[in-house]
Amino acid sequence: MKRRTFLKGTVASGMVGMAVSAGLLTPRAVLAAWPESSFAAKSVDAAMKALLGSTSAAPSSAIKIKAPDIAENGAVVPITVSTSMPHVESISILVAKNPSPLACSYNLASNTEGFISTRVKMGKTSDLIAVIKAGGKLHSAKKTVKVTIGGCGG
Amino acid sequence: MKRLLMVAAAALLVGTAPLIVQASPKDDLKAFRGYFLERFPNVPLEEFGNGVYAIDAASREQWEAIEEFPPYEIAVQEGEDLFNTPFKNGKTYASCFPNGGIGVKSHYPYFDKNSGEVITLEYAINQCRIKNGESPLKYKKGKLASISAYMAYTTRGQIIDIKIPNDPRALAAYEKGKHFYYARRGQLNMSCAHCHVDNAGNRIRADILSPALGHPSHFPVYRSKWGGMGTLHRRFGGCNKQVRAAPFKAQSEEYRDLEYFLTYMSNGIPWNGPGSRK
Amino acid sequence: MANKSIRIRAKLKGGETEVKSLMSHVMETGLRKDKKTGKKIPAHFIKEVVCEHNGKQVLLAQWGVAISKNPYLSFKFKGGKKGDTIKISWQDNKGESASAEAKVS
Repeated sequence: MKRRTFLKGTVASGMVGMAVSAGLLTPRAVLAAWPESSFAAKSVDAAMKALLGSTSAAPSSAIKIKAPDIAENGAVVPITVSTSMPHVESISILVAKNPSPLACSYNLASNTEGFISTRVKMGKTSDLIAVIKAGGKLHSAKKTVKVTIGGCGG
Repeated sequence: MKRLLMVAAAALLVGTAPLIVQASPKDDLKAFRGYFLERFPNVPLEEFGNGVYAIDAASREQWEAIEEFPPYEIAVQEGEDLFNTPFKNGKTYASCFPNGGIGVKSHYPYFDKNSGEVITLEYAINQCRIKNGESPLKYKKGKLASISAYMAYTTRGQIIDIKIPNDPRALAAYEKGKHFYYARRGQLNMSCAHCHVDNAGNRIRADILSPALGHPSHFPVYRSKWGGMGTLHRRFGGCNKQVRAAPFKAQSEEYRDLEYFLTYMSNGIPWNGPGSRK
Repeated sequence: MANKSIRIRAKLKGGETEVKSLMSHVMETGLRKDKKTGKKIPAHFIKEVVCEHNGKQVLLAQWGVAISKNPYLSFKFKGGKKGDTIKISWQDNKGESASAEAKVS
């Protein structure tokens, strides 16, 4: 596997961003939107109800979840959620058996693709659930990821 | 008491296997490399630097996902900044190394004829600090691991080519490292070789044991388990603890000799640090 | 939490811009105990990430403690040209924040 160079002078695969300021964003306006009760919810249903107003989402094969079958390390599980569905408004990722299932939620602009890739913590073997709000309706898909007790990590 | 037992065990090992002691490092290397190439016939030599990811497709896929944007980039950046920050006396790390310290990890470890000991990169970094009136950094993680990560990064692509000079002291250090590797230790009474040679590719609970061939190539590593960088000696200590053996201090003579042996065994494999591991 | 704590790569590929970012943050869950004191280590995590393209918000990410330490985020949007500005800003539960910019290549 060819690994990229990232500190050399010319970077072929894109520019590295440099911090320009450490100022605060408009804190009140942005933080007011943080869905506290959704993140505190202890069940998938409670989290969905709080965040999206409903616990029913139509299972959809148009949602792809890329995640390992067996996580190498539950603290860093790479997950990519993608869909070809048009008009995606939001993508939410839940880890069903985590103490608080809602891991993250994304609000997309109209020209933003239905695609999110990130890394999540999983406390134990669990379903990863992706809930997509598109065209005003909720759609979901899930994938079971096993989290095992390692030996030595060797 | 434990020490005495370990020395006795090593002596026992030597006593029962005289053939191992008399082979030259070159012979050892040929046998070592040959064993792994035969055990994993579909893995080219240079791929062994990727450890378990060279022998298991499922974990390789996760590793590749992490390598999309690996967390060690943060440490490499920090390391570069530290490397370029002058000491109180105005000098920088560059003054302690050839080529300004760029691409020089391949020189380590080496046997220093003057001091009569094995010098590793991390040891040299602290020697540089002490020489310039700075206090030494801790050897297992943190700033020193970041500097090591930066220096490993600038060395990427060079081929591991450790030399054992025609000096009985160098040979003795190599032999000590080799004996360490094959000696049983700890309550679990296991040697490094039991897992990483005899059982390379097999599972220990849910983990797959990585082959010893190529082990030092990708250090320091960002381990998901550590949530940060760690040096080779941090891992040595961890492994020793995992067989319930008292670990040696990072950069102790034992671990430096072990690194000398282990890195020599990986000659021919590209330097590819820093790496990502679970 | 200022300089270089947000790394961004933005690349134009077939009519869409793909952005990948790596942020330096401890993402402490608040559930772990300090091994020495036995006390819980307080939660310290990024709550919001705002991603902008030429000043227009393309993504608002709301995160909980289950996002991994030193978080990674990748997203794509239609359009974008070489030289456009991608800005990523985060704010955490302690009120700390950081932001960085990169050009689309």
